[in-house]
Amino acid sequence: MLAGMLISANESYRGISLLSLTSLIQIIGLICFVYIVTKRMAPLARGERDVRFDRLWVRLQRLMKYWFGQWKHPRYRIAGTLHLLIFAGFLVLATRAFYLLIFGLSDLFATTGAIGRTYDVIADYAATIVFLAVSAAGIRRIVFKPARYTVPEKFGKGHKADAIFLLGLIALLMFSESLFEASRVAIQVQRGEVPEFLPALSLPWMLKEVLAAASTAMLWRLHFGAYVVDVLTFYFLLCYRPFGVQFHVETSLFNVFFAKLDRGTVKPVRWGVSDEQLDQVKSFGVKKFEDFTWKHMLDFYSCADCGRCSDNCPANAVGRPLSPRFLSIKARDYAFQHYPVFGDTESHVALIGGIYSADEIWSCTTCGACEEECPLLIEYIDKIVDLRRGMVDDGNVPKSIQKALKALESRGNPYGKLEKKKADWTKDKEFQQSCNVSVLNGGAPADTLYFVDSITSYDDRIQAIGRATARILAATGENFGILGAAEKDSGHDVRRFGEEMLFQVLRDHNTAAIKESGVRRIVTSDPHAYNALKSDYKDLPPVEHISQVIAREVRSGKLKLNHVESASNVYAYHDPCYLGRHNQVYDDPREVLDAIPGLKRVEMSRCRDRSFCCGGGGLMLFYEPQEDERMGVKRVQMAAEAGANVIVTACPFCMVNIEDAIKVSGMEGKMSAIDLAELVDEHLVRQRPATGDGDSDQHVLAHASA
Amino acid sequence: MEILVCARRVPDTSENEIQLNSAGNDIERDDLVYSINEPDNYAVEEALQIVAKAGGNVTVATVGTDEDEEILRRELAMGANHGVLLSDDSFSGSDGKGIATVLKGFVQKGKYDLILTGVQAEDGGAQVGGMLAAMLDYPFASLVNSIEVTDGNKLKVGREIEGGNREMNEIDLPCVLSIQTGINEPRYVGMRGIRQAASLEVPTYGAVELGVDKASVGEVAAKVERADYFVPTLGKGAEILQGSNEEIAGKLVERMKAKGGLQ
Repeated sequence: MLAGMLISANESYRGISLLSLTSLIQIIGLICFVYIVTKRMAPLARGERDVRFDRLWVRLQRLMKYWFGQWKHPRYRIAGTLHLLIFAGFLVLATRAFYLLIFGLSDLFATTGAIGRTYDVIADYAATIVFLAVSAAGIRRIVFKPARYTVPEKFGKGHKADAIFLLGLIALLMFSESLFEASRVAIQVQRGEVPEFLPALSLPWMLKEVLAAASTAMLWRLHFGAYVVDVLTFYFLLCYRPFGVQFHVETSLFNVFFAKLDRGTVKPVRWGVSDEQLDQVKSFGVKKFEDFTWKHMLDFYSCADCGRCSDNCPANAVGRPLSPRFLSIKARDYAFQHYPVFGDTESHVALIGGIYSADEIWSCTTCGACEEECPLLIEYIDKIVDLRRGMVDDGNVPKSIQKALKALESRGNPYGKLEKKKADWTKDKEFQQSCNVSVLNGGAPADTLYFVDSITSYDDRIQAIGRATARILAATGENFGILGAAEKDSGHDVRRFGEEMLFQVLRDHNTAAIKESGVRRIVTSDPHAYNALKSDYKDLPPVEHISQVIAREVRSGKLKLNHVESASNVYAYHDPCYLGRHNQVYDDPREVLDAIPGLKRVEMSRCRDRSFCCGGGGLMLFYEPQEDERMGVKRVQMAAEAGANVIVTACPFCMVNIEDAIKVSGMEGKMSAIDLAELVDEHLVRQRPATGDGDSDQHVLAHASA
Repeated sequence: MEILVCARRVPDTSENEIQLNSAGNDIERDDLVYSINEPDNYAVEEALQIVAKAGGNVTVATVGTDEDEEILRRELAMGANHGVLLSDDSFSGSDGKGIATVLKGFVQKGKYDLILTGVQAEDGGAQVGGMLAAMLDYPFASLVNSIEVTDGNKLKVGREIEGGNREMNEIDLPCVLSIQTGINEPRYVGMRGIRQAASLEVPTYGAVELGVDKASVGEVAAKVERADYFVPTLGKGAEILQGSNEEIAGKLVERMKAKGGLQ
């Protein structure tokens, strides 16, 4: 690295001025680098528009946290620590490099000043740390071979040789830089001059000790040789990095700065094109590489191939043909091949059937585990949705999903059930005696809307969650109602499966119905509906998930909970993706569980933002994936490993998947699943509301027998 | 190749709860949702795939009323070039032969190399294709599950035979084929396509334009009349095997062996 050029400007060897040699290599190196990077940016110029220059202050803060602070790295202890050390070392060493680049070979870092001397000490240690860290990283790669780095055969050959080559180059850079300094100091010692200070146990210091006995001629050769190797390695690395995974050294700063800010949202079909103008858009989604936005292309360049995304991807874990890591790597390979540094841009092929398979793209449950993990904040869900939009536009949709979409179009729910039966779940006789749920169709107004959504309305098992939710709302004294036949599917997963226009029809219908109902807030027991109403819809009253309502009312004392019914049970809370990762509701459900006196709760090793998707909700229930086992089965095993025998969740789709998984894995009787609302409903201390608020007809009469 | 696909709008069996009306002569039609007859959708997809390879146009025609226009628009969104509604008061109440007569009138107005129908309408009797072929004096193959365009005048078609066997035939053009489901995977028609097709023109032809004798179609000419409509009484229910998974599997294998399902 340039930091190695700490020499007096007139130093020379056999008549060759080091300064002029440096300048020559520097000029050639920089020209090459600029040329290569310009070529690399060519596809970005052809990419789709993206809006990434907004909220600059927020972006700057996130840059400090995720880039400068390396926030995500310690999620993998060893690799993260090594990366932190290398990154910190690079920053230290690059400071001088940048300074020299900008101000020339001038004084701030010269060894004479106090700043310079302090900096030298730090830089010597930085080089030592980087040297040791890359050595350790290399040993990890060669000896310990962490599984997440392996490349499955279907994705081509491994990247190990390249990784080790690059680590080797960095080590060489640190070594040559240190050798350069060490040899100079050794020469100074032999000449009887006052030697420059080398901090103890730093790499230059150790080399100096080793070189003490060498001849002066040898030292001069080493000094000059180390210098040339150092400068050449630096510029070779600079120009080589844009050809592979190390390009992230340059792109990461921009990738993190321009990263997506809003959780739970999906990018519009085209940035800058309003919903009304969509009919004029010729083609939807991503069909060819150039349909990706420039930021998504930058994502591909920024991928460091660390494999954390795929290590956490549930689809990858169960053997579906999707690995987020290779979504990026394959696209990068495509870009390198079709936009080569040397030669002309090549003709383009369709991505689906070209580098991606349709099943690969349908395999994603949009759980967000990959994005949560990526240290570089690479986005996957928006790309998946965009690719699906392209497939939907081309009519390339699996038959099982086509049926559900068709039913959503004609009936407003994926099951093809009759609209007029939407509120049938409230008509259960026993339930009606304890709780009377009114349909808000222009009659008495209500404060709160319970948005039920399709699965809770129609699925026999899940209807119980709806009834539990209604009883809880009633117990809080809430004046609430449902939309009944006027409620269509929230369309959450219609949008995420790429059928944007159908989503918009559903959204517009529901928005109108909700506004007409005049409610002031919305509660739902379905995290997918919650996310849709919160992030996909606009201008609605505030939305809450029932777990948030319960937590608040437990805190306020409105809801009181009895001692746990079965004290021998051990409960584990499973974070639904769209409640946890996408909406950051981690603590409320746990707080509610802990509010049930006597309840024993354990955490699964994968919990909170590392929760493992149960198999996916919405339309994913209709997809027939190619997989070795079900995600739900893995999740049930995780709960068993944690020592739990009851899985508590807060999502109807999780319930379907987990209950199925319990049956499939033969765990019936040993493991059970219950929704948070059901559990709370079971433990409610039921009392008559102390004060009537005049609309008792909407309300529950207390269930005295409870 | 100019291809005509004869399609029909039927109550969608997967999205309705089909119940008899109180008179017992029809199903309850309030609250039904309709869609294109599923085998017809496969026929349109097949036509589109043939045209994509061999060139030409796909026309979709249906005999019905204004309400039936929606399926034509759906097929236009799918990629068909033309949609034609064959509608006339005199057509109502037609039996299979009446519908074939109307279609024959339309076929003779144009020039089609290939006419496809679905293998049967979900509420029909798999009769129109064969009748239409006979009236036109065209060759006919039913239950077609593969089509290969060999040269300009012939097709190689595969037919599904009882027991899952297949039969390959060469058939001269022009001809009529009834298409079996499963011949392809029909493409998805999204909301966007349907919206775009909403503004396309769908011409309507009546008896006069088609040169159809009103006395040969509709209720007056129908020789088949629906006499009754009922839900069969339920037979003996399915049996649920009891026991542990291993026991159930054992019992199942035993039964399959006993019935000759396993050798």
